Amino acid sequence: MLASGPGPLRAGVWGRLVPWAAGPRRHAAHFTFQPDAESSAHGQTQKMNLFQSITSALDNTLSRDPTAVIFGEDVAFGGVFRCTVGLRDKYGKDRVFNTPLCEQGIVGFGIGVAVAGATAIAEIQFADYIFPAFDQIVNEAAKYRYRSGDLFNCGSLTIRAPWGCVGHGALYHSQSPEAFFAHCPGIKVVIPRSPLQAKGLLLSCIEDKNPCIFFEPKILYRAAVEQVPVEPYYIPLSQAEVLQEGSDVTLVAWGTQVHVIREVATMAQEKLGVSCEVIDLKTILPWDTEAVCKSVVKTGRLLISHEAPLTGGFASEISSTVQEECFLNLEAPISRVCGYDTPFPHIFEPFYIPDKWKCYDALRKMINY
Amino acid sequence: MRSPSLEEGPPVTAVLTREEGLHYYRTMQTIRRMELKSDQLYKQKIIRGFCHLYDGQEACCVGLEAAIKPTDHLITAYRAHGYAYTRGTSVREILAELTGRKGGCAKGKGGSMHMYAQNFYGGNGIVGAQVPLGAGIALACKYFGKDEICLTLYGDGAANQGQIFETYNMAALWKLPCIFICENNRYGMGTSVERAAASTDYYKRGDYIPGIRVDGMDILCVREATKFAAEHCRSGKGPMLMELQTYRYHGHSMSDPGIRYSKKDCVNLLYWLIYIQGLLSG
Repeated sequence: MLASGPGPLRAGVWGRLVPWAAGPRRHAAHFTFQPDAESSAHGQTQKMNLFQSITSALDNTLSRDPTAVIFGEDVAFGGVFRCTVGLRDKYGKDRVFNTPLCEQGIVGFGIGVAVAGATAIAEIQFADYIFPAFDQIVNEAAKYRYRSGDLFNCGSLTIRAPWGCVGHGALYHSQSPEAFFAHCPGIKVVIPRSPLQAKGLLLSCIEDKNPCIFFEPKILYRAAVEQVPVEPYYIPLSQAEVLQEGSDVTLVAWGTQVHVIREVATMAQEKLGVSCEVIDLKTILPWDTEAVCKSVVKTGRLLISHEAPLTGGFASEISSTVQEECFLNLEAPISRVCGYDTPFPHIFEPFYIPDKWKCYDALRKMINY
Repeated sequence: MRSPSLEEGPPVTAVLTREEGLHYYRTMQTIRRMELKSDQLYKQKIIRGFCHLYDGQEACCVGLEAAIKPTDHLITAYRAHGYAYTRGTSVREILAELTGRKGGCAKGKGGSMHMYAQNFYGGNGIVGAQVPLGAGIALACKYFGKDEICLTLYGDGAANQGQIFETYNMAALWKLPCIFICENNRYGMGTSVERAAASTDYYKRGDYIPGIRVDGMDILCVREATKFAAEHCRSGKGPMLMELQTYRYHGHSMSDPGIRYSKKDCVNLLYWLIYIQGLLSG
């Protein structure tokens, strides 16, 4: 039988006692979610986690826009992450329906729905599965308006997909593919850090007259809880947000990683007396170059962090632009703390992800440069 | 059942020796026990990540292996523990892989979905992506001329992926020695086949590729059908398609609480067959 609980020795799988550190360390999350302060700016609020805030946004959309339809794999019963719970019962099976297992078909179909004038909200079950649809997104959706001289467009298409590491996802349930799409003019790519942000940004994506990809950090679906307005509200796209002002270093991230760098900012203040400016980029494409450059002009140091692999990751784009615009303001080389250039690992995830220690270490090197 | 493009089907009778019967039974039981143990280990959080169990479908992997040679090739999707075993990986290596240890067949780096062995190309996470690969392996078999074939497996959910049809076309055009095998366990995750497919006659989906439908719960059916298909491929006639109608007892993965009830148990079926035939020693 297996012994359980902390202690210096623990029965291993094969029944022999093996040394085991107190408690299963790899089950702890690498971040602490920091909710935004409650606000009554948009009316009555309700406690919601990330998937509930998505459901709320979709509910608002289906109720206000009679052409809106939601489709994807398993969305009818509520979705594998429960983002569409209750919508089919409320709005009918003509408006919330399952597709077969065919991502290329889902997106192609979505483009058609949007071109015909309806609001199409397509769900790709995991961002890792978006690649069969890559051609449709890049060659069809992104170029429709341009190639038809604005006669047609699929601006009312929004593609939603769960994104990012989740602790146990391994190669095909953890990817952050935003960099692939950042290279494609004609679409928008948006990644929220919290339920409050998610609802406002998703509604903006649906309203936006361009096809949008909305990546939802799956590790936050249940872990992130905030007071979110019940009525619709819109957070503008392509506007980064300064979460904390500072004077010495600019930290930029998006999605789950925002919470990691917030903690790094606190660590830097406490241990090094360094004041960090923390920016949530929110929209990857088109990104808010002005906000980031303005901050770097002030601080002179920039650290960008994302889970996706280093080479060709979106940090490289930010880095490139910032050195062009703010070259003489820089006090140190721009630091990128990212995943390694390997497939997303199974057992090695805790070593792979750019946790707060890696970020802190990079920050220290920048300060001491 | 066979598609109109086949003139004759596999034999309807089979010969089972005592050694074979006991060997198949032992293999199927091992897989069954291994999968049930994995279920337990997953619930104890000793196995983490994703875990797609094969119990219920043992007759498929054991039956297929019985009909081919170790030098033949096989590729499948993520419900691969059974195949990892029949293709030569030990139970220890499989469990070590599931628990992320370096003694695992992929050094703990792949986990449940990515197990590999000699002439066994995994263990593939992306639905349907392994099928074009299988055709490529079949092309290599034809090219090297060593009388080898490739068994390319996929599920009823994957059957709706575009790349499957692209592969059918290439395999038929170039007469590749490839047996396409659809393991139809009636559910793509939680979606029943009727809700996902305009045609649930998966054995006919290959259109110009001859296809047969096989009772995947009966190991002898699987074996004889595969022998027939293998002979077809080895003789240079081109690809074949087999639909194995089978059933899984667990949900899609350990994250799916789906409880399914099936009256047919392939392991029991074999047990009673060899018992009735008096093949068990006294």
